[in-house]
Amino acid sequence: MMTLKVNGQDHQIDAEPDTPLLYVLRDDLKLNAAKFGCGLGQCGSCTVIVDGKAVLSCVTPMVLLEGKQVTTLEGLGTVSAPSPIQRAFMEEQAAQCGYCIAGMMMRAQALLQRNPKPTDEQIRAELAPHLCRCGTHMRILRAVHRASHLMDTAALSPADKRSAP
Amino acid sequence: MTRKGIIGGVLVALLVAGAGAALAVAWRPAIAAIDPPKPQSFDPALIKRGRELAAIGNCNDCHTVRGLKNFAGGLPVPTPFGTVYSSNITPDAETGIGGWSEQAFRRAMRFGVDREGRHLYPTFPYDHFTNVSDEDDRALYAYLMTRDPVRASARENQLSFPLDQRFVVAGWKLLFLRQGTYKPDPTKSAEWNHGAYLVEGLAHCGACHTPRNALGAERASASFAGGDVDNWQAFAINAQSPSPVPWDADALYAYLRNGFHPDHGTARGPMAEVVSNLSTVPSADVRAIATYMADVFGAPSPDRKREGEAVLAQAKSGAAATANADFQGAAIYAAACATCHESGRPLPYGGIKLSLSSTISAPDPRNLANIVLTGVRPVEGERSPIMPGFAESMSDAQVAALLTYLRARFTSQPPWTDIERVVAEARRSQTAFLQTSAGVRNAPAEPSQRDKP
Repeated sequence: MMTLKVNGQDHQIDAEPDTPLLYVLRDDLKLNAAKFGCGLGQCGSCTVIVDGKAVLSCVTPMVLLEGKQVTTLEGLGTVSAPSPIQRAFMEEQAAQCGYCIAGMMMRAQALLQRNPKPTDEQIRAELAPHLCRCGTHMRILRAVHRASHLMDTAALSPADKRSAP
Repeated sequence: MTRKGIIGGVLVALLVAGAGAALAVAWRPAIAAIDPPKPQSFDPALIKRGRELAAIGNCNDCHTVRGLKNFAGGLPVPTPFGTVYSSNITPDAETGIGGWSEQAFRRAMRFGVDREGRHLYPTFPYDHFTNVSDEDDRALYAYLMTRDPVRASARENQLSFPLDQRFVVAGWKLLFLRQGTYKPDPTKSAEWNHGAYLVEGLAHCGACHTPRNALGAERASASFAGGDVDNWQAFAINAQSPSPVPWDADALYAYLRNGFHPDHGTARGPMAEVVSNLSTVPSADVRAIATYMADVFGAPSPDRKREGEAVLAQAKSGAAATANADFQGAAIYAAACATCHESGRPLPYGGIKLSLSSTISAPDPRNLANIVLTGVRPVEGERSPIMPGFAESMSDAQVAALLTYLRARFTSQPPWTDIERVVAEARRSQTAFLQTSAGVRNAPAEPSQRDKP
């Protein structure tokens, strides 16, 4: 038994130390946003955030997670109250089949937390480990820029907003 | 004349003579610029040989910035003395070598002087290239002068005084540049001699694999004893080789040609580009390099040979080495590494049995830390080995525990010291991320295209 903090909540997990985090998230906690793609850490669809960093959950065994905090896409927002990154991806219609998108959003989120105003180049470099076979790459790029803008606006207090042009 | 005056006069005379001598040593005339020769003026067979030679020389690796134009230069090369930027060697008349005659090109290769007569820094390995024959310089020249010209000005080097003064390089050359083309050893085979000519010359293997002295020159007394390159350790490739299984000519050939060998592993880090280039040149050249290098490694002692055979037999039998569960890293190895490294899938796609890995038996843990943190990235457009990196999922302490365990379990070498510092350093330098091959830049990757100019 180990305790794993996921989206702010403690969970008691009964899993072998070599069980990948992805299996625990999907099978035990029923958090199905992170996807199984290749199982080899090569496609990015299983990406979640661990202690602020984008991590490939399919190659991250539980033994490495003692005392760490995991955030999945479910932890960012809901359908009725989407987070800026989720809103941006919807507004840009950046998903086609959508299988890669949860992973893309998580890595983009980690990037924006670290660097709120990334350049095109930085976004491309950051998302390079993620594969998308539908080809919505240009929309994904636009969505990350839009999320950056949305987060910026959200960060302003109402008073700031009033004085803003 | 007073005594003071005499001394003063002598001093002035000495200074003038010294300056004159220095000038005589340092000064090189410019060679007149020419109009860039027309590509059609070169013999296609010569261009083709030039392309092979450029691949053997690994020219594209330093003279190209990833993702930018071939041979256009601008790559920062970090040295202990500052950063030197590679130059544009495309035939652009103003910013490249378009105005260079063949004579100027040969002088640069042989003496490290550019067309204008300025001394080049020895990051350009003319201490090796001085061995290249006239004929091969002609082929390289033909190849480079028929590439697409790219307009890209050289970047300013970041060197401090007095090293930013190029005449200082003349003194370095006096000390360390042994001019003269390669002299064959008549007691050895033609293949051995061809290999020695390539290794000591154009292929400049010692530039990474030989340790350097305080002035940045290769230490002649420690040839191939292992060096440093871009936060990587270039392994010793002589009798001090850390490889658990001793190398021989056949294994070297396969490794250099294919980029991996089942008993040794996969070429990654800065070596990836080298083997990628060597996969495109005639097999006879690679065979010759392997023959000569096998001699440099030397025949293993009976003990070393026996140990190698034992390690190999053990790895092939699939029997697990005895694991000491006291190590904190054992659990990490079992959970994160063993699923691939004990899968039994053959190289290059399966993980190597770690008891065969030079990286784990090497004297310092740098390369292993680099690989655990960054993994092995796939090569675009090629089938290539992969490994996920663990930089984001493992803390420095976890990586250090893992490295300690791997060293204890898979080698009989003494434990590494200072692992935590090395891991932290590897994490800091990750911007120089694990290089896979960026794709062959000066030759098409398709084997069917290899014989085309």
